[in-house]
Amino acid sequence: MKTPFSMLVTVAWRNLWRNHRRSLIMLAAIAIGLWGMIWMTALMRGMVDQMIDDAISTLSGHIQIHAPGYLDDPSVEHTIAAVADNPELDKLLHSPEVTAWSQRIRVPAVIRSERDVYGITLVGIDPQRERGLSFIADSVVSGHYLESVNDQHVLLGRKLVEQLETKLGRRIVILSQDPDNNIAERGFRIGGIYDTDLQATETTYVFAGIETVRRMLKMGSGVSEISLLGHDYRNVDGLAAEVRAVAGTAETSTWLQLDPYMASMLDVMDGFIIVWFCIIFLALSFGLINTLLMAVFERTREIGLIQALGMPPGNILLMVLVESSIMLLIGLLAGNLLSWLTLLPIRDGIDISAVAQGLEWAGMSSILLPAVKTSDVLLANGIVLVLGVLASLFPAWRASRKVPVEAITRIWQ
Amino acid sequence: MNSTAVSCRKVNKIFAQGELAVHALTSIDLDIASGGFVCLSGPSGSGKTTLLNMIGGLDRPTDGEITVAGQRIDRMSMSDLAELRLQHIGFVFQAYNLIPVLSARENVEFVMQLQGVPSSERRDRAMAILAEVGLQGMEDRRPGELSGGQQQRVAVARAIVSKPALILADEPTANLDSVTAEKLMQLMRDLNSQIGTTFVISTHDKLMMSYAKRLLKLHDGRIIDDIIQDDRQE
Ligand SMILES: Nc1ncnc2c1ncn2[C@@H]1O[C@H](COP(=O)(O)OP(=O)(O)O)[C@@H](O)[C@H]1O
Ligand SMILES: [Mg+2]
Repeated sequence: MKTPFSMLVTVAWRNLWRNHRRSLIMLAAIAIGLWGMIWMTALMRGMVDQMIDDAISTLSGHIQIHAPGYLDDPSVEHTIAAVADNPELDKLLHSPEVTAWSQRIRVPAVIRSERDVYGITLVGIDPQRERGLSFIADSVVSGHYLESVNDQHVLLGRKLVEQLETKLGRRIVILSQDPDNNIAERGFRIGGIYDTDLQATETTYVFAGIETVRRMLKMGSGVSEISLLGHDYRNVDGLAAEVRAVAGTAETSTWLQLDPYMASMLDVMDGFIIVWFCIIFLALSFGLINTLLMAVFERTREIGLIQALGMPPGNILLMVLVESSIMLLIGLLAGNLLSWLTLLPIRDGIDISAVAQGLEWAGMSSILLPAVKTSDVLLANGIVLVLGVLASLFPAWRASRKVPVEAITRIWQ
Repeated sequence: MNSTAVSCRKVNKIFAQGELAVHALTSIDLDIASGGFVCLSGPSGSGKTTLLNMIGGLDRPTDGEITVAGQRIDRMSMSDLAELRLQHIGFVFQAYNLIPVLSARENVEFVMQLQGVPSSERRDRAMAILAEVGLQGMEDRRPGELSGGQQQRVAVARAIVSKPALILADEPTANLDSVTAEKLMQLMRDLNSQIGTTFVISTHDKLMMSYAKRLLKLHDGRIIDDIIQDDRQE
């Protein structure tokens, strides 16, 4: 025996609006709960995306190749063959799977101005290849970017220029070690100054043409690292395996391996999102269960009545579930609309520079761009709907277990 | 009319009220023939409601056997009982008979809908039966917009619309004024004689009792008198 579904929906729908105030409060709670889930996730995802973006464009790329031992001791001795000397790698780097790549010489060095001395990392780059791969080309704020692999100028971070008390066009001296452990020293003119969100980057990296650095260090044809970009930072393992296959004895690492801090940050964020969803949902489900229990309790008589008239217990359970599903669906609709309306005005990002100073350690920049991911929105909706229906099972079960006589003796006496 | 609509054998119902055991029904033996029009009378607390609950499968006896429409119902499952009520029994309660969110017509259609009657037929039958109980033009009103007497007539309409073999009514006129009450009794009596539906009605109103073909008097959970009074039958 089956109750027509249309009847269940009709009765559930009308029952829902019997207590306007209670239903509206519940709908608002569902909507705001969903909004809280979507909004918070969008901001957190935006934050993480930005951090990853920064990390990747701060030289790491998606995948890097180094000589074994370089990561522990990034010295001039640990070099790998340049791309031109590895035809298989050369072929892979020019395949459509790779969107950008470059090779670098990267050594610890000391920089000296007339006033001060600092420890830095000297990076010899191929200026044209770095475009689209790293931040350097887009970050020059005064002077000009490096022109070729033989450029005689250096690029310094703004903060470092400040600390050295020097300025654009002045000369500085860079000291490092050549492969024979002799001091290598060379004077450079400051050709450009770059600016990033992270002061640590500005004070660490000094860029010069890769061939100029090679001559200064009296190196052979090797390089310190090869960095490349695939299509999606979340999905780099396949490409990494291909690179590893042609990299010979060199070590291939993904950005996640190179930046364990970022990797654990990502895990923490994912965990936080789940915890956040659960907190909101718990609050919601208490409200939902209570609302439904109240509604069921108030309707003891009519539930007894429809059972007495012959509606099977299973259908009474279904009726309460239909009522809560309708409520959940309307609430979710409103919540999605609310999320969309409130995310629209900030889709170009919100300026958080007021608090960015404090957040800089976490690798954040000062414009926060919310990232709405379909999967997050679906997850939030799905969690509320599925768990919401599950939470209504208890009140629904209570309703269906009302033995008719108990519900009806209230009438008959 | 010699078939039996309802039969009870040694039916006992004991309610446990804390430490106390209340014997609501004691050793009830009863046969009600099809087409009967039976009144249960007796003072408040005599067990009328309890007996109707047992016959209607709304509650189970502590022991004894109950047969309705040829089926033993005392040990039936909840959903089988629901099915039996749906197919064979119409109910009229003392009050709160109707589903508040449904109109008079929808309330009458409710049982037919559960039975799977197609919607156009359902509608026609509901309209006809509402006209028959004198509620023409009020089909779309919700219970809250009807008087007590009108609500009871909707309940009777719903009980009879799918022509069940048995209609159980527990003090259906208790909340009505005497004129309305008498009209309702007359309506049920007419249906009994026209369609042959078996009625079991509880009341403690003398006037109502006078409509009965058979009058059962209850006291402290026992049947103390069983009077056949066919004089009112035309
Ligand atoms: N659910 C119950 N729990 C305990 N006692 C009950 C219950 N229902 C009825 N009784 C008792 O059973 C007796 C018969 O009650 P009832 O059948 O309602 O009488 P009537 O309908 O004739 O007034 C009364 O003493 C009443 O208190
Ligand atoms: Mg009673």
